[in-house]
Amino acid sequence: MTTIKENGWERSRDPVGIWEHRGKVALVGRGHSDTDRRWDGEDLSKTLGAYTMRAAELAMEDAGITIEDVDGVVTSAGGQGAGQPLSDVWAPRPYFDPPYDSEDGLTSVTAEWLTQQMGLKNVKYTHSQGGPIWNLIGLAAQVVGDGLASVVLVPYPNGNLPGRYHQTPGNKVGGPAQWASTWGWGLSGQGFTFDQYCRKYGSDHDAMAPFVVQERANGLLWEPSYYAQHEPGEFTIEDYLNGRMIAKGLSIFDCDRPVLASACYVVTTAEKAKDMKQKPVYILDHTESAFQPRSLVQTLDDTEEWTDVQAQRSYAGSGLKPEEIDIFAPYDGFAVFTQYFLEAFGWHGVKRGEAHDFYAGDISLKGPNPLNSGGGNMGSGRMRTVFITDPMEQLQGRAGDRQVSIKAETAVTIGVLPVTAGVLAMSTSPD
Amino acid sequence: MPRPIVPVADPTSKAFWDACNEKRLTVQYCTACDRRQFPPEAVCRNCRFPFHLTMQDTSGRGTIIGYSITYDSRIVAWHEHQPFNNAIVALEEDPVINFHSNLPGVPVDEVPVGSTVEVIWEEVEGQLVPEWQVVS
Repeated sequence: MTTIKENGWERSRDPVGIWEHRGKVALVGRGHSDTDRRWDGEDLSKTLGAYTMRAAELAMEDAGITIEDVDGVVTSAGGQGAGQPLSDVWAPRPYFDPPYDSEDGLTSVTAEWLTQQMGLKNVKYTHSQGGPIWNLIGLAAQVVGDGLASVVLVPYPNGNLPGRYHQTPGNKVGGPAQWASTWGWGLSGQGFTFDQYCRKYGSDHDAMAPFVVQERANGLLWEPSYYAQHEPGEFTIEDYLNGRMIAKGLSIFDCDRPVLASACYVVTTAEKAKDMKQKPVYILDHTESAFQPRSLVQTLDDTEEWTDVQAQRSYAGSGLKPEEIDIFAPYDGFAVFTQYFLEAFGWHGVKRGEAHDFYAGDISLKGPNPLNSGGGNMGSGRMRTVFITDPMEQLQGRAGDRQVSIKAETAVTIGVLPVTAGVLAMSTSPD
Repeated sequence: MPRPIVPVADPTSKAFWDACNEKRLTVQYCTACDRRQFPPEAVCRNCRFPFHLTMQDTSGRGTIIGYSITYDSRIVAWHEHQPFNNAIVALEEDPVINFHSNLPGVPVDEVPVGSTVEVIWEEVEGQLVPEWQVVS
């Protein structure tokens, strides 16, 4: 069995040129597990492994394929920060009888584990060290385009366990943390860049309210959303403005809520997609980027420079122009950085410094500017998969109550951060 | 209140922290590229070689270019200090180079962005850590 993709698959060096497999690869199925707040450490029907198998079954059913059709599995194992499994964050824990006798299947899900558990006997290509979902779909698209596999499952497990998120004990810090923790720098970084933005362009944090409120409303219309399943009540402007601050410029409601859920996608050739159940969503391009701050911290100048590169690279690789993007889904893991992506891509004419005014306008689902029609992570929890599923469903015309009124023939989604991101461009047409 | 975190030097950062203990604020300087960088790295980010890297004394002066405030830190040792200022200082002679500061003595959320500052030193478990105070 072939494992580990060759180095250098990323399209991260300019000029990228039009992607050689533009329109020849398609997304054809999606599946989602239930969404929980966290795993209790005991119920084996609610592990990441169990949820990933369920999501894979649903994705195959959605695409109209069987396990015999699958010849590749590409995943990110744990889904946390460059594929870091939860086992590294919350270990150790008790183990159980096989197949739950290690972290694999409990808090991370490798391609090999899934292949064995589901009996995917025709798999010839696996990869378990993928990155965030945008990079992962990009990798899967390149795998299919290069002919390494032709029907690839792309599971994306995201987990959460008991306890507060990422609390760091101790009073001695080395490594990279010596340059941050010594002064208590952390999420204040998000607030700092946002502070620079507001000073430069004349805005303030209250201007974020309409965006986050609309995202929650959109998310409530997406069945896998944590909020749709567990907190379906209305979220208002007042609720947002009364949220406690984590840092100046960063409210609790700007931070995505960690949840436990898994999703799976089916990526295949355009040729095979024609015979599958759903209308194909053709991948026009994938591009990737990774930057480094000029000094200690990410400044606004850094951020605008990086996102400009990300946008220009995507336009160059896909052949799309800003006015041709119908559905735009920029990541909102911290809602205060979505604006940098929006302004860089110039979606619907938004220029630098104009994002907050844009939020104050009509960004409703049925209006002219349905930004993040799936609701983002603010609307669904820290799953990230809405950034793939919603554009797919919009382009396929099966987004239900979320279906936008504007034309939905192309989509662009970007994540995770200005400092490093993958961008996917999709279309209802391969041309 | 004493500083809660002690930085632990490594081979790349030792020269910086040793200079701090002599009350000298230094940054790396590549003599081949005529370029400063901070924090210290194993190689010059421009030429990718280690051979021309030196530690260069700075003016110890800068400008506050922005700030945030931490209300709820992920770092447990900082919890009893919350809320606290997180300001960023740009070095006077090379504004691309920036430093952190909690601005001792400045009330929370009264950070004078745009002000000139100069380096001061605070000790934590025998290690001097650079901090900054407003001079104008």
